[in-house]
Amino acid sequence: MSKSPKLLALSLGFSLALPFAAASAEETAKHFGLGRPAEADEIAAWDIDVRPDGTGLPEGSGTVSEGEVLFTDNCATCHGDFGEGAGRWPVLAGGQGSLKEDRPEKTIGSYWPYLSTVYDYVRRAMPFGNARSLSDDEVYALTAYLLYLNDVVTDEDFRLSKENFTDIHLPNEANFIADDRMEEAHNANKGNPCMTDCMTEPAKITMHARILDVTPGAGDDENSGGSVD
Amino acid sequence: MTDRQVPAQPKTGDTIGLSRRSLLRAGLLTGGAAASAGLVSSTALAGDPLITEVQDWNRYLGDSVQAAPYGKPSEFEAHVVRRDVEWLTASPESSVNFTPLHELDGIITPNGLCFERHHGGVAQINPAEHRLMVNGLVDKQLVFTMEDLKRFPRENRVYFLECAANSGMEWRGAQLNGCQYTHGMIHCVVYTGVPLKYLLKEAGVKTSGKWLLAEGADAAAMTRSIPMEKALDDCLVAFKMNGEALRPEQGYPVRLVVPGWEGNMWVKWLRRLEVGDQPWEQREETSKYTDLLANGKARRFTWVMDVKSVITSPSPQAPIPHGKGPLVISGVAWSGGGTIKRVDVSIDGGRNWTTARIDGPSLSKAMHRFYLDIDWDGSPLLLQSRAMDEHGFVQPTKNELRLARGDNSIYHNNGIQTWHVKADGTVENVEVA
Repeated sequence: MSKSPKLLALSLGFSLALPFAAASAEETAKHFGLGRPAEADEIAAWDIDVRPDGTGLPEGSGTVSEGEVLFTDNCATCHGDFGEGAGRWPVLAGGQGSLKEDRPEKTIGSYWPYLSTVYDYVRRAMPFGNARSLSDDEVYALTAYLLYLNDVVTDEDFRLSKENFTDIHLPNEANFIADDRMEEAHNANKGNPCMTDCMTEPAKITMHARILDVTPGAGDDENSGGSVD
Repeated sequence: MTDRQVPAQPKTGDTIGLSRRSLLRAGLLTGGAAASAGLVSSTALAGDPLITEVQDWNRYLGDSVQAAPYGKPSEFEAHVVRRDVEWLTASPESSVNFTPLHELDGIITPNGLCFERHHGGVAQINPAEHRLMVNGLVDKQLVFTMEDLKRFPRENRVYFLECAANSGMEWRGAQLNGCQYTHGMIHCVVYTGVPLKYLLKEAGVKTSGKWLLAEGADAAAMTRSIPMEKALDDCLVAFKMNGEALRPEQGYPVRLVVPGWEGNMWVKWLRRLEVGDQPWEQREETSKYTDLLANGKARRFTWVMDVKSVITSPSPQAPIPHGKGPLVISGVAWSGGGTIKRVDVSIDGGRNWTTARIDGPSLSKAMHRFYLDIDWDGSPLLLQSRAMDEHGFVQPTKNELRLARGDNSIYHNNGIQTWHVKADGTVENVEVA
């Protein structure tokens, strides 16, 4: 890991002197001289991620109105004209206040914590099947329109830019908590489980598999359980 | 198929189940002395023609050595395949299929049967055109070719890879009828790869570098934030599985291995590792792979896959074909926390338990195979398995999980599975109380 030319030379000398020596993992982990320096344009081409603090945002901007046109042309087929989702495709807007309900609707407006994720994900992976096809300005405009669809901004002339991006906060930002599974009773009280006469009454069946044999098409059952998303 | 091809009750000492053939063999019908060729016709002998008649495979030559340069399973195993459930997802390119756990044994999953989970379809990448970049808070931002990667010292490790959403469809109750569907978003193979820490040391992680972003080269450009402590611990940059190159659907030519942690983080077609001082809060760690609780809060960064098990046979897709008598109960157990110390099995829905026998290697963060051999009396059973890992964590019931989390967590369902074995040997996915 050393950057020192002197140490590097020393390391190479060692290798040349003992070409077949099997160094220990600790020794070999230090430096191999493999790979080559990444060029600035290569890093710029691949490193497009954006963080909640705005790190990684490109120069540019776009308005709600511009975003509406782009959304209609590139997104509405799957996500609906208003982000309501067509068929089983993801719903992008609405659902605010539904997270405690029996069937929560998790959207950008109701669930996502950070706007940076919207910009990053749309730029990296959307439209589905034609990723990386949108310009930076277009992604700003689409992000602005998604804010509008979710009532986070209300002005159709609102322009989202690198400069005002981090002023925007999504409604559900504060509702994400750390992994506290270890505090759940069954984990906190770990130990030797019951082996004999663990229930006072014989076990009774309370539910049968609803989708027998997973027949294709059977999933139209609105009462079916959760699904993968 | 004649009835003679199906062995009649194999159990010795059970005269009720003895067939005419076995009675003949025992000399009970004809008397020992009468069993000569002159007194008993050939039809009366009723020997199994699979034995008494010369079969084709015993007479004619089989295929030559090069008939199958890359071999496939027997045609009689054609049912042992990955399956999907079309209605689970909107698109087959961002979807999942399932490992046929009910047909497998041991702890290693064959490469062609390892479940798939893609977000933008299977990237087809020529390894000569693949690059791996290390950038961010490092002393030297680097680009590696596959040839470069294969010059680092390697390790071989057996690990399970379980999708965070495995069993996720069962949060609200019994839904899918078969352990392939309820538990098949998992595989376990031996990975060959370079310890991630070697690559990071090559680039030189700055002291401010606390997080690592892993990124895939596919159309989803999958990204996840990984704490540096884990990255420097046991993660691998793997290019082989079960001895051969990764399958395209498993990330060929190179993927990340994140032992014990949810499958989503095992970024396939790995092309970039960025060192940073904070997590990136990517789509796959905010919108997805966060676990909504009943109170409206959601857990994030729920990385470890908890202790879990399932009985793979008998199970809905693997009913009991042979009637009462000896029965092998077989299953798998695993824990993201380490090895499995013990697996208990209940045949009465959790009222009483018997410790099963773990057979085969017991490796950290790998599948373990367990068996319980019983003498089935033909009465209905409510089969359950309950795993305990080396730290003493015990697999909870689904009701315990729901009590703690509600119904809408989607991910991390490690609750105890119940199979209802009926008197006719068929099996159904049920819940009990």
